[in-house]
Amino acid sequence: MKLNVNGSTHEVDADPATPLLYVLRNDLELNAAKFGCGLGQCGACTVMVDGKAIFSCLTPILLLEGREIKTVEGLGTIDNPGPMQQAFIEEQAAQCGYCIPGMMMRAQALLQSKPDASDAEIQTTLEPNLCRCGTHMRILKAVRRARELMKTAAATPASGGRKI
Amino acid sequence: MNAPRFPNVTRRNLLLGTGALVVSFSLRNQVFAQEGELNVPAKPPEPVAPGPKLPGSLADTPSLDAWIRIDADSSVTVYTGKAELGQGTKTSLRQIAAEELEVPPASIKLITADTAITPNEGFTAGSQTVQNSGTAIRNAAAQVREILIQQASSKLQVPADQLKAKNGRITGPDGKSIGYGEVVMTDMLHVDAQPKSKLKSPEAYQYIGKPFARVDIPAKVTGGQAYVQDMRLPGMVHARVVRPPSWFATLKDIDTASIKAMPGVVAVIHDGNFLAVAAEKEFQAVQAMRALTNLAEWEEKPRLPNEQDMAAVLQKSESEQGVVAEAGADFAGGTETFSAQFLRPYQMHASIGPSCSVAHLDNGTMTVWTHTQGVYPDRKAIAQMLGMPLDKVRCIHTEGSGCYGHNGADDAAGDAALIARALPGRPVKVQWMRDQEHLWEPYGPAMLTKVSASLDASGKIVNWKYDLWSNTHSARPGSAGALLPGQLMASGYPPDKPVMNITPLGNGDRNAIPLYSIPNMRVLWHFVADMPVRVSSLRGLGAYANVFSIESFMDQLAKEAGTDPVEFRLKHMDDPRARKVITTAAEAFSWSNEPMPEGRGRGFAFAKYKNHAAYLALAMEIDVDKETGKIRIPRIVSAVDCGEAVAPDSIRNQTEGGIIQSLSWTLYEEVNFDNTRITSSDWSTYPILRFSAVPGSLDVHIVDNPGSPYLGVAEAAQGPTSAAIANAIANATGKRIYNLPFSPARVKATLGV
Repeated sequence: MKLNVNGSTHEVDADPATPLLYVLRNDLELNAAKFGCGLGQCGACTVMVDGKAIFSCLTPILLLEGREIKTVEGLGTIDNPGPMQQAFIEEQAAQCGYCIPGMMMRAQALLQSKPDASDAEIQTTLEPNLCRCGTHMRILKAVRRARELMKTAAATPASGGRKI
Repeated sequence: MNAPRFPNVTRRNLLLGTGALVVSFSLRNQVFAQEGELNVPAKPPEPVAPGPKLPGSLADTPSLDAWIRIDADSSVTVYTGKAELGQGTKTSLRQIAAEELEVPPASIKLITADTAITPNEGFTAGSQTVQNSGTAIRNAAAQVREILIQQASSKLQVPADQLKAKNGRITGPDGKSIGYGEVVMTDMLHVDAQPKSKLKSPEAYQYIGKPFARVDIPAKVTGGQAYVQDMRLPGMVHARVVRPPSWFATLKDIDTASIKAMPGVVAVIHDGNFLAVAAEKEFQAVQAMRALTNLAEWEEKPRLPNEQDMAAVLQKSESEQGVVAEAGADFAGGTETFSAQFLRPYQMHASIGPSCSVAHLDNGTMTVWTHTQGVYPDRKAIAQMLGMPLDKVRCIHTEGSGCYGHNGADDAAGDAALIARALPGRPVKVQWMRDQEHLWEPYGPAMLTKVSASLDASGKIVNWKYDLWSNTHSARPGSAGALLPGQLMASGYPPDKPVMNITPLGNGDRNAIPLYSIPNMRVLWHFVADMPVRVSSLRGLGAYANVFSIESFMDQLAKEAGTDPVEFRLKHMDDPRARKVITTAAEAFSWSNEPMPEGRGRGFAFAKYKNHAAYLALAMEIDVDKETGKIRIPRIVSAVDCGEAVAPDSIRNQTEGGIIQSLSWTLYEEVNFDNTRITSSDWSTYPILRFSAVPGSLDVHIVDNPGSPYLGVAEAAQGPTSAAIANAIANATGKRIYNLPFSPARVKATLGV
């Protein structure tokens, strides 16, 4: 079946019941979305589908044909990071970093639909995502910074993250 | 060129042009004591030749080329036996090496823990990476720099004292310069370190103490390959284990033919109580694991104690008693005596990413990529489990999800190796599921503490008795019996016998001795050998429960003495650095005894981690909702002194993280079990702190001491945080909570709501 990931269409040869997470990580070799619980309890696997944050560990690919899937790889590259990535680098918002891609995608979904989300809304939105190293203060700061960087990026087009 | 040789290289006296580098130490690569993490009392290494001890880990691995290699193209490679666990090691060690080598940190290639090529630095544990490896690398780098200068001196015909190393080149007064690569010669760095190095003075620092961006973060936020979970080797299969439903369970007869016939399955491994599947695709492995779980029948044994009765269980299980400290003999003095009892439940590491490992048996050599804290000990355990010679097993540290002590990493590495043995030539990736991590990782041990103390008429503590009941906090490999697959396989290795080991590093007794000046003191460890629940090292070991107890009780005594808690601590504190950290935190917080609104309280706590590492004090303000029992934390202010601050932002990051993790332990966490099974199997049955509960603000003030020795910092916050919450609750409500965690139900029960 065909999956649209980060703006490109991929032909995937997998059991339609396969959770999206395994297809992203293995078939498409995208590292960002992480396996955390397989239960939708921790958010490490969070990606965006049609602009909304979803748990990729719980979502079988049979539900996803024709829909737009976006992962951290679709936000920019190491040489040309997008605003959300830039914000996490600037705030040094990681310890082990394992939970961070999930945090970024949930925050991205919020800020794309609501560019002026309040600090409280950011905090509430991140509730489904767990961090064990205790990087919470920095994650919140990074998302607040991303909120500002995304506005600047929106005002100056063509400097955004490169599509993979 | 000067490639490192491991293990023990033969000492060769090497005469350079200057003849300066004849070194007289022999290698002493013995297994060395790590932070109370060995099960047997470690003998100090016997020096073969007399002489002063070499700095940091150079004492065990003295050859300079074990740490630093310079190639003909002037590229610099630095080797450490420590691992990146998210604490910023890859960055701070580069800063240190760059400082003394006079090269930009980004130009350094850093190789971390790998049994084939890096020094054996035991475990990355006990907040000692910068302290031990950093000290070794710093001294080695300084000595290498001086060797390069000496060598350049003869090449340029300029006296060494007129030469300067900068940016990978050595330059003379006339501007003539020569690159490091041009002066380096074969085996030039193959010499042992000297006890003294020409270290740069703090005023000259370019990199140490400066804020550097972590080198690992860009890849982690852009989808780069960063973790063992991200490894994909050609021909790799995906494996899953099937664990017993409970400890002590044994597998009944099983016919796995139906599993072998499932799509994509390449192997089913059944070895005693060890069960695993391997398949071409990951989801096929998951489906086969589920089918095998349903198929397997187990004989279970109800051997777990009553979780409601842990104080009694621990006291009943005492097997041995050890004296941790004894001073003075007057336990009758004082005008009034007070006492208290504290309890800590079993708690989990509970990393967000379950354990994972890749293993590959290729041409008779087993290579294991693992997020273990100790590649060398892990290799030893795996080699024993497989019956393979040590030199046929290689363990390479590869980052995993957050590491806070001895978690499932070593077990997963053992799983991968055991499965890979059945599939020679094919790399095998094992990924644990969430419930496997929750149910099978070694927990931080439950602990009971009892303390009593007397105050004299002036409100000073005149005597102090402290008793703690605890298992060992060290069940690491070493031996195959420390690995789950080693225990489960048919030829099963028994777990190592737990041994009480009282050393200055501390184990269950870590931080059991209060740093305060108290003339008469007695501290006892009532050792519990029996471990019905699997336990080992969790961040801080005994320090978490001991500091919780001591610092809660200090507040209780302050109240009895009618003294402000901060003042009461200072009244009993002689160590000037401790006093400085306490006053820094109190002042930054604007500590006072002004009345607060209903339900709000302030709490303070202090500890010097291990009594010889970082000093940390913190103050916090909390709100207790009496209706719901929920606790909200508007602000926290902390101060920390870890000697010379190499990487200030990493110190802040580690301290913020330590405080928040300890908030989570303290407010929510407790492993639950019935008489047979652990019941905390996921995030709903073992809740941890979520975003709605983070403090309103969290400040970290670094008390820097440029030029002074590095003090481990990564675990310093765990203990004080718990006591500060307890003290703030007592301040807000007049009621003190003695048993962890401070769940809403327990808060309400304590308040009598």
